[in-house]
Amino acid sequence: MKLFKIRGGVHPHDNKHLAAGQAIENLPMPALLHIPLQQHIGAPAKPAVQRGQQVAKGELLALSQGAISAPVHAPTSGRVMGVGSYPAHHASGLSVRTVTLKPDGEDRWSDEIQGVPDPFALAPEEIAARVAAAGIVGMGGATFPSAVKLNLRTRYRLHTLVINGAECEPYLTCDDRLMREQAEEVIDGIRIMAHALGVDRIIVAIENNKPEAQAAMALAASMDPRIRIARLPTRYPMGSEKHLVQALTGRETPARGLTADIGVVVHNGATAFAVHEALRLGRPLVSRVVTVSGGAVSRPGNLRVPLGARVQDLLEHCGGFAQQPAQLISGGPMMGQPLPSTRVPMVKGSNGVLALTTAEVARHEPMPCIRCATCVQACPCGLVPLDMAAHTRAGDLDGAVSLGLMDCIGCGSCAYVCPAHIPLVQYFNYAKGEMAARGRAKQKMTETKRLAAQRTARMEAIKQAKREAMAKRKREAAAKKAAETAAADAAVMAPGAAADAAVMTPGAAAEPPATTAEA
Amino acid sequence: MQIETPASSAGPFAHERSSIQRTMALVMLALLPATLFGFWQFGWPAIFLFFATIGTALLAESACLKLAGKPQRLYLLDGSALLAAWLLAVSLPPWAPWWIGAIGAVIAIVVAKHVFGGLGQNLFNPAMVARVALLISFPLEMTNYVQPMPLFSADAPGLMQSVGISLGQPGFDAVSGATLLSHVRTELSQGMSLSEIIPGIAHLVSGAVGTIAGSMGETSALLILLGGLFLLAKRVITWHTPVAMIGSLAILATLMNLYDPEQYAGALYHIVSGATLLVAFFIATDPVTSPVSKMGQILFGAGCGVLVYVIRTWAGYPEGVAFAILLMNACTPMIDHYIRPRIYGRDRRGTPIEYADNAEMRK
Repeated sequence: MKLFKIRGGVHPHDNKHLAAGQAIENLPMPALLHIPLQQHIGAPAKPAVQRGQQVAKGELLALSQGAISAPVHAPTSGRVMGVGSYPAHHASGLSVRTVTLKPDGEDRWSDEIQGVPDPFALAPEEIAARVAAAGIVGMGGATFPSAVKLNLRTRYRLHTLVINGAECEPYLTCDDRLMREQAEEVIDGIRIMAHALGVDRIIVAIENNKPEAQAAMALAASMDPRIRIARLPTRYPMGSEKHLVQALTGRETPARGLTADIGVVVHNGATAFAVHEALRLGRPLVSRVVTVSGGAVSRPGNLRVPLGARVQDLLEHCGGFAQQPAQLISGGPMMGQPLPSTRVPMVKGSNGVLALTTAEVARHEPMPCIRCATCVQACPCGLVPLDMAAHTRAGDLDGAVSLGLMDCIGCGSCAYVCPAHIPLVQYFNYAKGEMAARGRAKQKMTETKRLAAQRTARMEAIKQAKREAMAKRKREAAAKKAAETAAADAAVMAPGAAADAAVMTPGAAAEPPATTAEA
Repeated sequence: MQIETPASSAGPFAHERSSIQRTMALVMLALLPATLFGFWQFGWPAIFLFFATIGTALLAESACLKLAGKPQRLYLLDGSALLAAWLLAVSLPPWAPWWIGAIGAVIAIVVAKHVFGGLGQNLFNPAMVARVALLISFPLEMTNYVQPMPLFSADAPGLMQSVGISLGQPGFDAVSGATLLSHVRTELSQGMSLSEIIPGIAHLVSGAVGTIAGSMGETSALLILLGGLFLLAKRVITWHTPVAMIGSLAILATLMNLYDPEQYAGALYHIVSGATLLVAFFIATDPVTSPVSKMGQILFGAGCGVLVYVIRTWAGYPEGVAFAILLMNACTPMIDHYIRPRIYGRDRRGTPIEYADNAEMRK
């Protein structure tokens, strides 16, 4: 099919040869699984199990909470050892709420697991509901709950489903292998998603460095005339959702918008596979394919791993390190995160574990910027990274924002080509984080102001009420006295009583006018 | 086997493997043929001048780095001072005394580069600043060109004589020659017509090959072009600046030539003579002092071309490239401010683009 040009981008050495030839293997069940309760963007899931509880494979471990969240299920049968803190799959190495599960070795699915004989007979919202219940999130790494995207139909006019099989990050081959080996299942999941979205145009986009995957997917899709296979040029960041849609449709997603604004929804191929499993077999998302690669790994490969297996379990299965790695990364080398330790567990968004050698990382001492503009040419978003970095460096974050900081997708193309080896992405991450913090601080300040104003108003209202109550009491007392005086006046006729009244109420006679004035 | 790695670093964890040193080295490699040709054409005095310029530049760079407290090894080896001095040297009259090169190098490195803050901070191209400063300060030495006397040929000065020339002692009878540009200009001012001054194509051919009087490394248009094409092939430079500069110069020259062929020389004359090609490929493309966007580079190049033509044709100097470059360098910040690439998903003014599809869904 006809493709459109996208701007910028780079051609990193893809290094896919390391793992592309390795068929997907099942990782042997580790002795323990550490399953974090937050493996998605949005609110963390709420634990639904207790220490000591026996669970079957696929049984619910934690419930989703809120509109953007996803439940977590048991990756195998076993006993819950506890719900506590464990280092997160994140560069910070901070701990998060994690269920620790001791597998019993039986790997027995829960009895309640049941598929749907014909998913196409279901209403679209029913499919989305089942995808939500299966805890499926975007498996390309963004981990946005998939059901939310399948429900976009209600708010947008959609016409196209794009399956992102670009896999443009170097080294990663997990999507490639999945599409090669399980094309039928992936296509089935794609068709189910198209049904849920109500679209009749489906494009499966795969980069040209994966001819086998293209062929396998084309074959599996041949029975459905709605599906077209797009053969993408190999270029990073072709897998960026908005750029992918531009390459396929020629249209840009409006800034700050979603691809749904131009009628397109993008899902990852591995997500489609998970949807197939959830609908046909009733199985929740409890495992995924991960590429283990890099020059420092003895036997690079692609593994199907239960969620919660540790990075270390994967590396050990791949024969450990052939040499000391200079950098351990989760994801690809372009946008991946450094891993703080090999103890961290695999999560739904983990697509790669890379152990890179010093030569592969190619880090140099940063030099001053010579304004060579290679970063400008490499930026797929039309930004001027060198100027944004200069503003950030000078502390002028508003200046950086006015140059388009918030339009930066963080793809790292600029830093990849920079001859001065300036860590541009780090600058932008810092600036974005700082802007977010400022936003929060500003919000907090307005909130504090609002609360303070409310409190002042409340105190004022109380005072006012007190004053009014007092005035009312005084008025009542005065009225009572006046009544008494009146009664006394009435008694003037009786001379003795009149003298009594005059003696008893000298002050009271003066008070009523004063009270009236006060009121 | 459990390892802990530092979590401070962020991606990307891969690099194209380019470096400033590599870029500078490629530019020098591209300059090498024209420079060696200049050495051969103009002999030992040219070689002495070249090394005097470069040696002084490196000393000045080292001293400035020391004053600024920057690491010597890292910065001295980045190649930027070496390249600036090289570009200056090839733009000097080949038999200029050594101190012309030395003073030029000091101006380039100290005044034009480090006063502005060092590598990447200078507003003006250091080699061109030095060239203009020398031209104004030492007009005699800077316009004293000689006819080529190839190394080892019978007329060429010997080693000792060359030392004398370099030290500025008279004593060797060189055939001084006008460059094509100054020759044409002088004759035109005498009321001659172009067809009498440049009778045939021969002048242009010798200009292209380089067997004429001229600056040390500028004479051979063909070798400069070869270097430029090498830089384009290696993606050290892009086509935008050189094409815009040569194009605008050629268009202007052609138009004026059509208007009055006896008074205004054609495009080819302007392209092969003087420093046109050297500047188009090696100076106007200087990243530090030229705009960053492609559109900006086209504008910058076109401005250079127009200015070169205007200065050569109507102003007081026969050659105008150095002035043209400096004037356009001064415009670079403004060009960069106004001409930016369009941001993805936004129009030229920065507002998000709108489509009819789901416009009503957006607020």
